[in-house]
Amino acid sequence: MDNLPAITAIVNASIRDAIPIILGALSGIISERSGIVNIGIEGMMLSGAFASFMTNVYLSQAGIPDFLQQQPIRLGLSILAALFVGMLLALLHAVLSIRFKVDQIISGTVINIFALGITGYLYIGGANTLGVLPAVINNPFTREQGVLFYIGSVLFGKGIITYATFVLVFVVGFALFRTTWGLRTRAVGENPRAADTLGINVHRLQYTNLAISGVLAGLSGAVLILEGVSFERGMSNGRGFIALAVMIFGMWRPSLAFGGALLFGFARALQTSLQFFGAGEIIPHQFVAMLPYILTLVVLAGFVGRARPPAHVGQAYEVE
Amino acid sequence: MTELAPVSLPVDREPPSGRAGNVLRSILVPILAVFTAVIIGSLFILLAGLDPFKAYGGLLNSSLGSDGGITASLLRMAPFILSGLSVAFAFKGGLFNIGAQGQLVVGAICSAWAGFALVGLPPAVHVVIGLAAGIFGGMLWGLIPGLLKAYTGAHEVISTIMLNYIASLLLEWAVNPARPSAAAGPLAFCDVVGKCALGKTPPILQSAYLPVIYQPSGNTQDQLHLGVFLAIAVALLTWIVLYRTTFGFELRMVGLNPNAARYSGINVSRMTVITMVIAGGLAGFAGAIQTQGLYHEFQTNQSLTLGFDSIAVALLAGSNPIGIIPSAFLFGVLGAGSRGMQLASRVPPELIQVIQALILMFVAADQIIRYIYHIRKSGDEEKVVLSTGWGQR
Repeated sequence: MDNLPAITAIVNASIRDAIPIILGALSGIISERSGIVNIGIEGMMLSGAFASFMTNVYLSQAGIPDFLQQQPIRLGLSILAALFVGMLLALLHAVLSIRFKVDQIISGTVINIFALGITGYLYIGGANTLGVLPAVINNPFTREQGVLFYIGSVLFGKGIITYATFVLVFVVGFALFRTTWGLRTRAVGENPRAADTLGINVHRLQYTNLAISGVLAGLSGAVLILEGVSFERGMSNGRGFIALAVMIFGMWRPSLAFGGALLFGFARALQTSLQFFGAGEIIPHQFVAMLPYILTLVVLAGFVGRARPPAHVGQAYEVE
Repeated sequence: MTELAPVSLPVDREPPSGRAGNVLRSILVPILAVFTAVIIGSLFILLAGLDPFKAYGGLLNSSLGSDGGITASLLRMAPFILSGLSVAFAFKGGLFNIGAQGQLVVGAICSAWAGFALVGLPPAVHVVIGLAAGIFGGMLWGLIPGLLKAYTGAHEVISTIMLNYIASLLLEWAVNPARPSAAAGPLAFCDVVGKCALGKTPPILQSAYLPVIYQPSGNTQDQLHLGVFLAIAVALLTWIVLYRTTFGFELRMVGLNPNAARYSGINVSRMTVITMVIAGGLAGFAGAIQTQGLYHEFQTNQSLTLGFDSIAVALLAGSNPIGIIPSAFLFGVLGAGSRGMQLASRVPPELIQVIQALILMFVAADQIIRYIYHIRKSGDEEKVVLSTGWGQR
């Protein structure tokens, strides 16, 4: 009972840190299931975060028409900006790797470096906004109700993107394994030649999937800003790469990746929690901050050999 | 879709043949890539309502217009050569070393440690030991992803990026000053009463300084040190190793086709580890010359993007060790001129990062450049394939 506040704090921090990673992993799954390695998720995430931040800043300025400043419209547009920018970068990745057959790893790296440069160039420090996404439903319980209050503080009080993410895990899972699109996607990722023979337009499907992948990566950037903190240069801090590790860990399945992301969220949450408990004197906080990165290495080392990626991932497909 | 733009070249634009023609053809695309990136960069400047001519004029004037400017450009070139070689060397072995950044800072702090902790050595010995410590640190940081790739299949792109973050946290801890909640890091710069400088090591001893070759002004930051010449020498040496030794031949063979290499009796796993260790050592060397030639201490906020920019340096040079030299010089000029560009035109120095990213994009997607300028593809290119999926070799 005495530990409840601390436990809920850790659970909440784990969820908060897991959300962008889940979205990034979904982004990776949709792209890789169709045969394209998307290592540019990090850059799309960063650009999405930047786009939503700048849109929010711009619409929060004095002189912008009042209806645009109203909460659902201003923040809705901020989210849309992130989705749009994420999609644009993903389409750039698609053009480079499908049309121009650039090595997909290099193309993704180009996206990452470009995103870092352009957001740094356009960023203006010290900008103010009218605020970020509010809780969809506030915790209806009060402190006096004990356990209910703590359960409530985990279930309620979160922004719309967090709830949407939980839904998206099921939507992507369902779409991938129960719809025609999903079947085609998996067919293209495993054997594009066969899929092509059966009349699937391989490149069009890959373009579509990369656009969706970019939208999801953009959304993961938006959640960093609109349910998190102000923009900083390079603020995605490797989350896009951690998301890829989570994707591998989850064997390219949304539900398993969801579990993996929670594990990583927990590793990140530990950093704040340990300081909360005053453990900074025993373990330097930098070592705790390394945990998610070390965990990623462990996952890569331990699971890559066993997890089987889509058979044709990484290789450009040439239509005959 | 076999050819992108089936344009027939007019006869007078046929590239010259022979050896000189080959060189010309191989540098044509990078030059056009830089040119196109600069043009697009000027669009960004125009969008911000500023004058691109003033901006580029300020950039060139401050980086090439004076002895001091040229020295500053050369000083920035040196670490770019070495860390660019790190990326290029790994490329030749079929590996994408995004971890040059981490290897570089680990090398920088190792060389700083050797520089301040080893007292009483004669200068020549101390300089060499400092450089060796930096190279060793970088090798160690390259060994980890090498082993992971060779024996577990963990893709080096992700593992090296993770090691970049781990390195920067490790170094932040190593030099962190004492706080009420935490003791000072083992390499922090603290005085006898325990007061520490923020985020740096103690200064290295004079005996570990790289010798100064030329000094255009009294400013200690503009001294042309020996590291610049060492970097160029290492580039030449790397070329010899890659193209004139059996080891280099085997390494390139693994890069081009690991399976063929395996069937011809090369131990691909061992080669993977060696490639990453040498790549790490080259990046560590870059860190060491930064410490011993330029900063004379290690600061956590130094060389923040050097390792990443070196990816573009390597790709612009087509991973050719000799080509790295002009490629690194260009990046040195861009870096040294960014401040002058801002002074002359108020264009933020981050524009340089945008231009670098565009250069990277156009050299990576050389087909775009060939498409825009109607250049035919040369047939005898070595193509290293990196994205073979996760963990296959």
